Amino acid sequence: MAMYNFEQKYRVRGGTLLGGDLFDFWVGPFYVGLFGVSTIFFATLGTLLIIYGAAIGPTWNIWQIDIAPPDIKYGLALAPLKAGGLWQLITVCAIGAFVSWALRQAEISRKLGMTYHVPIAYSFAVLAYVTLEVIRPVLMGAWGVAFPYGILAHLDWVSNTGYQYLHFHYNPAHMIAISFFFTTTLILAMHGGAILSAANPQKGQPVKFGEHENAFFRDTIGYSIGTLGIHRLGLFCALSAAFWSAVCIVISGPFWTQGWPAWWNWWLQLPIWR
Amino acid sequence: MKSMELVKVLGAVGALAVAGVAFFTFERPPVNVVQRGYRGTGLDEIYNPRHLAAEAALNKVPAMLPQMQVGPLAKTVYKNVQVLGDVHVGEFTRLMASMTAWVAPKEGCAYCHNVNNMADDSKYTKKVARKMILMVRDINSNWTDHVKKVGVTCYTCHRGNNVPQYIWFKNDGPPEAGGFAETYTGKNLMIGPDHSSLPYDPYSAFLKQDPHTIRVQSTTALPSGDRHSIKQAEWTYALMIHFSTSLGVNCTYCHNTRAFGDWSQSTPQRVTAWYGVKMVRDVNINYLEPVQSMLPAYRLGPSGDGPKVFCMTCHQGAYKPLYGAAMAPNFPELYLASADTSTDSGDSGMTPAAPTETAPATATEPTTPSTTPPAAAPPAATPAPTTPMPPAASPAPTAQPPQP
Repeated sequence: MAMYNFEQKYRVRGGTLLGGDLFDFWVGPFYVGLFGVSTIFFATLGTLLIIYGAAIGPTWNIWQIDIAPPDIKYGLALAPLKAGGLWQLITVCAIGAFVSWALRQAEISRKLGMTYHVPIAYSFAVLAYVTLEVIRPVLMGAWGVAFPYGILAHLDWVSNTGYQYLHFHYNPAHMIAISFFFTTTLILAMHGGAILSAANPQKGQPVKFGEHENAFFRDTIGYSIGTLGIHRLGLFCALSAAFWSAVCIVISGPFWTQGWPAWWNWWLQLPIWR
Repeated sequence: MKSMELVKVLGAVGALAVAGVAFFTFERPPVNVVQRGYRGTGLDEIYNPRHLAAEAALNKVPAMLPQMQVGPLAKTVYKNVQVLGDVHVGEFTRLMASMTAWVAPKEGCAYCHNVNNMADDSKYTKKVARKMILMVRDINSNWTDHVKKVGVTCYTCHRGNNVPQYIWFKNDGPPEAGGFAETYTGKNLMIGPDHSSLPYDPYSAFLKQDPHTIRVQSTTALPSGDRHSIKQAEWTYALMIHFSTSLGVNCTYCHNTRAFGDWSQSTPQRVTAWYGVKMVRDVNINYLEPVQSMLPAYRLGPSGDGPKVFCMTCHQGAYKPLYGAAMAPNFPELYLASADTSTDSGDSGMTPAAPTETAPATATEPTTPSTTPPAAAPPAATPAPTTPMPPAASPAPTAQPPQP
């Protein structure tokens, strides 16, 4: 496989977290590593289990395939394979694959002498998944409250689970998460726009760089966060979106069983104006 | 650097406030989950067992006198018995004593009667009580699609109060401008159902004469002439939240929210609720509104209308009033004579509700009153519970938005 001549320089041995030199090599452009192998193992096994679940299910329609968690009555115990046990195995595989992938990112970061920003960022997505499928079910005492594996099925779960709390827009953490999601897309679009407009000047003009971008935002809003700062802000907003998403669902059920509008009653009940 | 210190102090105060809200405004595990649909669909009821214990204490069935079907008929003994004349005098006296305990435990007989002449109709309360007995009979005999064999008594709503605790009046809200200067449009005031800022008087719009259409969801994927607005959806949403909080259940008790309007994906309880809406309208139109002219001014609402009923009046936070304990069958005189469903058991204890669901999808009704509805997971691998179609289309279809 083709490789730029400078790439060889970055393909350094060592820096692994586990297993020493085992699997410390590249296949083509891809670093393998012990966690690459475990990622492939869990991802393949999980996918095959999903296909098996579809095979014993009522449909091959890709939209309608549904591998559901166990009934509530099984609590946190193991369920029979065809009554939610499959979902439990697939969940184990998914977490195995996601965590392996994060650790592989960490190993590559170590090899390159980088900090762990990438695996930490990715971990927030994994955290959101684990919150939905493990932490919240454990807090509520049943795997059955987790979401099913199916394209439409998991959307139906989202809808019904939201309506379990009557009006999810009143969930305070959901409000914060949504605000961060929208802010993330806003600043990403503005950053993308600034970079592209600086890098695509009018014909005959030289390409512009950081100071032009800074000047644009200083002229517009009196302040520019700067070339490094915009990426810090982007990371913060994106991770906050994922974090508050996890918070908004983990408080729905374990820490609030009523309609979310009623939660705000504490504001009306504050002693200063009650 | 004084400003830095100020920032630190303000930060600490803010952090303390946030921590206070986070620690003192939420609930905690463990929670109860009642599964009511195929696994993984999210069709679950979520309960806090600590709350249920408090609710159960509020929904206890009172002690009941044993039946006394003895003596001549009341009309042959007493004068001016217009409604209960064909009841044996023993049972008549039992009902009068029971009504006193249910409605006027402090005031006693004199709340309705001139004790020097019990036949005297001079007190408004007596005339209202007569109308209410007719209402209870009508409900128990003609609205069994909603009340099933559980039925209602005075106690279902009154619970020892002269006027039931949960009633509604027309609520015009604070004065506001109209037209382009319109502000609240009947909402945004945090006084809506469940302390939401949804419309605060959906009852006037939906639960009396000339009701507006409750169903606002499109039945087609693409625009096809459906003129229902977001504003109308908010009015419906407010009404639905009233349903939920009145019954202590969430939206999924009746709806599979992937398709709110689809009966084939809804639970059987939605059919019961559908009859409930019809019943509440009927009761408000035929019993509560006529009573308004009998009431003294201090019983009327701010707009001069009389008190009216909604779901909360009977349910009071329980999925079935008094968790389905059937008081009414112990009082056969609270049924129309032609539809007498009395058990005639003389049992003074509570008779649990019999399994009476008309819909076939749930077979498991509790035989003893339970603070949570029964789990009802359909056995098939189809994610949607099936339910029969209700008999008719939505009443009084109109494309007009409800006017606050």
